[in-house]
Amino acid sequence: MIKRQHYIALSLVVVGTLVLLNLRGQAAIRLKLGIGGLFFPLFGLAGSAQQLAGKVTDAFSTRAELLKQIEALRRENEQLRLEAMQTQEFRRENDRLRKLYGWQQQKPWKLKLAHVILQEPSNWWRTVQIDLGQRDQVQVNMPVMTPDGLVGRVSAVSLTRSTVLLLGDPNCRVAARVENESRDSGIIGSSGPLENDFVEMAFLSRNANLKPGQTVRTSGEGGIFPKDIVIGKVVDTRPVESGLAAAARVKLAANLNALEEVLVLFP
Amino acid sequence: MSWLNTLFILVIAFLVVFWEAAFHGLSHLLRAQIDFLPALMVYASLTGGLATVCLLAVLGGLGFDSLSANPLGVTVLPLFVIGLGLHLYRDLILRDQFFAQLSLGLTASALAPIFTLILLLTTGHRPLLGWGTLWQLLVMSIGGGIATPVCFELFKFINRTFGPPQVSESSFRPDREIRRGR
Repeated sequence: MIKRQHYIALSLVVVGTLVLLNLRGQAAIRLKLGIGGLFFPLFGLAGSAQQLAGKVTDAFSTRAELLKQIEALRRENEQLRLEAMQTQEFRRENDRLRKLYGWQQQKPWKLKLAHVILQEPSNWWRTVQIDLGQRDQVQVNMPVMTPDGLVGRVSAVSLTRSTVLLLGDPNCRVAARVENESRDSGIIGSSGPLENDFVEMAFLSRNANLKPGQTVRTSGEGGIFPKDIVIGKVVDTRPVESGLAAAARVKLAANLNALEEVLVLFP
Repeated sequence: MSWLNTLFILVIAFLVVFWEAAFHGLSHLLRAQIDFLPALMVYASLTGGLATVCLLAVLGGLGFDSLSANPLGVTVLPLFVIGLGLHLYRDLILRDQFFAQLSLGLTASALAPIFTLILLLTTGHRPLLGWGTLWQLLVMSIGGGIATPVCFELFKFINRTFGPPQVSESSFRPDREIRRGR
């Protein structure tokens, strides 16, 4: 029943797959992003449709509603300006003290807003793609966050878009520290395929004094993520490796299921 | 007609891959994204030729991998193996029966991700696996199974709408004509 043409087709596909799977480095990334570029017209179309839907919704908003929104935004703006003034004063004080003690000056974060254009279609990775690329000076390993907390890091960059590895992906590991008296540190890794909102903090000391609700932040070790970015809060802990170490479940501060805009952190 | 059918299959595959990457409402609800390419492969292998199966596996698989964190090409081989298997035995399959379409869709949608995962693990990658993966495979299998008869109906409609009109057979047969004479 199997004819010669079937053998030829099978051989061609097997050889082609093996060649593609053995492509390494930039060649594989470029080819992948090049093929992905064929979907650009559809991204544009979907984006335009969303904008149009937004405009239609805006058109139906009543004047009273808009005035109410403007008033709320004005109040929020005033409050934020006051907070910014206060923060600037704190920063000046901090800089002065750092200079006094001879510590290194802290640089303010440089952030760039990016839109999430698509999410991972397969179930065994956690990635998203954003609309910033090489032309926006995005580079591999740049941290990505939202105002709520850390999201992940850039893993591949093309001219106009980049792939972001999200927290919880097996390839995205972050050195983290718990905000408690003993400043316990560990590594944030993946938790499970169904737990999108949670990650596991492993390699904790067995004497770690962790309590639910304590905040987990980046420790700055490893050189990729700067110090003190919020990751999430401790939910529970359990002993691992026959009680020689501990692991904690951490609820992520950023909602990775509803990412629309993210901030790329520039050095 | 055959090339038109192949073209429609490839266009639908392109749209399906985009949909899977762009819209995640259902996947957040079910905690698993359903892959419709195996369902499309069942239809392609039962109605199209070997070239259609090859084109769908290569273009659909590469398109899917390009939008995913999968290494490029890892989805191609599982799709092609499923398509080729069905294509070889398609004369023995009652392709017009709803139950056959459903069960083939279920099987193909369960096997495709398993083959892909085996290939990923064999090539040294570390995908996100756990007990939850069983639930994801179940959802993918059921989703793909339901999608397969829908796929057959969709293409029936597309071919009826865009394809050439069916020539209706006349009931007149010259050999059965009664000649009246004296």
